Amino acid sequence: METVTITMKNAPALYLEADTISPDAFAGKSAAQIAELPVFEGNVPSTLGKYFEVSGNAGATAADTKIVVKGDAKKVKYIGFKMTAGEVVIEGPADQYVGAWMKGGKLTAKGDVGAFAATAMKGGELVIEGNAGNYLGAAYRGDWRGMSGGKILVKGNAGSDTGMYMLGGEITINGNCDVHIMTHAEGGKVTIKGNAASKLGGQMVEGTIIVFGNIDVMMPGFKPNGEVELEVDGTKAKFAHFIGDMGERHKKKKGVVVYGNLYKKI
Amino acid sequence: MSEYIIRNGHVFDPVQGIKGDKKDICIKDGKIVDKVGSSAKVIDAKDKTVMAGAVEIHAHVAGPKVNLGRIYRPEDKLFSCTPTKGMERMGGGASIPTTFKTGYEYAKMGFAVAMEAAMPPLFSRHVHEEIRDTPIIDEGAFPVFGNNWFVLEYLKNHEIENTAAYCAWLLNVTKGYALKVVNPGGTEAWGWGLNCLTVNDPVPYFDITPAEIIKGLIEANEYLGLPHSMHIHPNNLGNPGCYETTLDTMKLAEGIKAKNKFGREQVLHLTHTQFHSYGGTNWGDFESKAKEVTDYVNKNKNITIDTGNVTLDETTTMTADGPFEHHLTGLNHLKWANVDVELETAAGVVPYIYSPSISVCAIQWAIGLEIALMMKDPMRCYITTDHPNAGPFTRYPRVYKWLMSEKARKQQIESFKHKDKVLSQTAIGTLDREISLYELAQMTRAGPAKSLGLAAMCGGLKPGMDADVAIYNINPDKPVANPDDIEKAFSRCAAFFKSGVQVVNNGEIVSNGNKRTLWVNVKAKENPQVARDINEKFVKYYSMTQANYEALGHHFVPNPYAIEVDATQV
Repeated sequence: METVTITMKNAPALYLEADTISPDAFAGKSAAQIAELPVFEGNVPSTLGKYFEVSGNAGATAADTKIVVKGDAKKVKYIGFKMTAGEVVIEGPADQYVGAWMKGGKLTAKGDVGAFAATAMKGGELVIEGNAGNYLGAAYRGDWRGMSGGKILVKGNAGSDTGMYMLGGEITINGNCDVHIMTHAEGGKVTIKGNAASKLGGQMVEGTIIVFGNIDVMMPGFKPNGEVELEVDGTKAKFAHFIGDMGERHKKKKGVVVYGNLYKKI
Repeated sequence: MSEYIIRNGHVFDPVQGIKGDKKDICIKDGKIVDKVGSSAKVIDAKDKTVMAGAVEIHAHVAGPKVNLGRIYRPEDKLFSCTPTKGMERMGGGASIPTTFKTGYEYAKMGFAVAMEAAMPPLFSRHVHEEIRDTPIIDEGAFPVFGNNWFVLEYLKNHEIENTAAYCAWLLNVTKGYALKVVNPGGTEAWGWGLNCLTVNDPVPYFDITPAEIIKGLIEANEYLGLPHSMHIHPNNLGNPGCYETTLDTMKLAEGIKAKNKFGREQVLHLTHTQFHSYGGTNWGDFESKAKEVTDYVNKNKNITIDTGNVTLDETTTMTADGPFEHHLTGLNHLKWANVDVELETAAGVVPYIYSPSISVCAIQWAIGLEIALMMKDPMRCYITTDHPNAGPFTRYPRVYKWLMSEKARKQQIESFKHKDKVLSQTAIGTLDREISLYELAQMTRAGPAKSLGLAAMCGGLKPGMDADVAIYNINPDKPVANPDDIEKAFSRCAAFFKSGVQVVNNGEIVSNGNKRTLWVNVKAKENPQVARDINEKFVKYYSMTQANYEALGHHFVPNPYAIEVDATQV
């Protein structure tokens, strides 16, 4: 695997829309060619090389390409956009849409990331070592097709609206979460190791939410369904089981109505 | 204005009966002429196809429900935005493009005219503001009449003269083009939680049937002698077995002859016929009744139709058929928006995905093509996608490909997941007809222009007509190697002249042309009763005053082109 290191040398005054920072866009290109890739600063077309020092050539394919983003990228959007393979490591913070529409490969963000990370993610692995913003693994604005595959691990906290319209895949948050988890979801799983706020599973049709800490306010649309023992990430514990959202339509599978599941550690 | 001579192209013009002969087309002062001077700019069209500008008879391209779609579907613009480029402003949207993109995309395919198929009269100002902001193409808008309280009240007593006087007034104040009818009575019935699924279902409160509304509006249309006929989206759209309602609707036009000075021969235009040609009793035994419907239309010369071809895309459905959209959101569980328009109509919007792996969608695809292939007279059957309901208008070239190449149809059928079901529920597999370039010119130019009463102005290349000329990269002397070449050629014109101005060169916009709003200015007899009724409705029911209702002046209609109708002597 070849490594391309891009280092912020000339921070943009406006936000940078850099959807070309992905192994797929870099593949088969030399450092000089990568520096010529198009980006937008605000609404002005520009090139990646204006902001980043590029060193190292990419591999022949996305799978053979690793990108390391160094320096302050907190005004850079769309890192890892639509990536299908390879690896991206963001050493500092990044702005919105990290790993959005990603299909494969591994993306590690060592700092905090902005909102809409992993929007409509289909596959691959996203690790956020800092905090995630709002709408992690959610659907694009207006769309009803959120994250449908892959894995996300957030070591810090996550904002609001995690897994909105989620269809599949897994999100694990080691810290705490803000309001709205898996709103409108029709599949997938969100595990919150810390505390959750309120409105968990609103209008949820199918899917699973697991909370280890406290829930500030439960949704009235969730109904207690006894207690179960679950093993989550190697931890065995007793959980209170709730099903819902009772106000939504629910499919039948093999004659049995399928609900969204919410488990809260006792 | 510049003079042009388009040399050596293969010309297809049904108006003059030219079937691919090599002929020079001359343009001067915005019109087609016999000859031009030696200083005229020469355009080489050798080995290319030359046709008149295309005419869109039915699309939803401007107005509140189109804009509601834009507002509530930001995801429609995802990955479909184009930045400012040369003459072009930025645009976006796949199934509900921005106004600018709408104009550019039509022009790039060689369209000169597009009709907005459903204008809520109360919001005519909004419709005209969007038409104003859609560059290049001439546009008109059809106000909807089929659920209008005035119409229901007059026609309950079969008062044709009063209905006609009201229609004339409404066309004038809304700068409308034709009488559009959507689910007659059904949309109003929905206000009571009901619908009209046959032509005989009574409309609550008004005590009138869809049949009486349809027949009355046909009569009012012919009483006034309007350029276009009554344009109908019948009751019971999109339901298995709906073809019977469609036949019942068309039978109401039997024995009525067209009366107008525009050369129009039909008294009823049946729109998006595909949605109205379904048999079966449920989605499991759903089948095509394209043969039954086209057999009837083939026999009855006073009817024209358009197809409403499903293009197998993700799109946005929108119609003044409010109850249907509510029904649809119940089927696909996607987001639903709905609006009531006081005293007049309603509208709904729901996204829809025509998936090739769903048998019903594949059968719908087949039915749309069957209709075009089973219609004997291409001058009475026009290609539409009921944009954006069955697919975006930008997919027309793909529909042409399917119609012009049996090979392309076979390829598509082979790729369906439920191929056998498509073949057993439709006749698409047995149809080997391939639409010729001449027939395509009839179905997309001369035909719709004649149906709209615009035959003297557009849809042909006869000297004296508007110089709307499209040149395509297709050599009719050579067989088409790959059906996809048809799609490619019709997607982007080699050149397009709109009213004598070159607006497209090599598929790129080079001018914003001189767009016009087409409307019908009817001079009708004074009718004090109707004037009093209008005044009373505004005082008693409308939430706005009559003074704020009219779409008038430079702001709303900056470039009007009025088609004059004198109905004072009838």
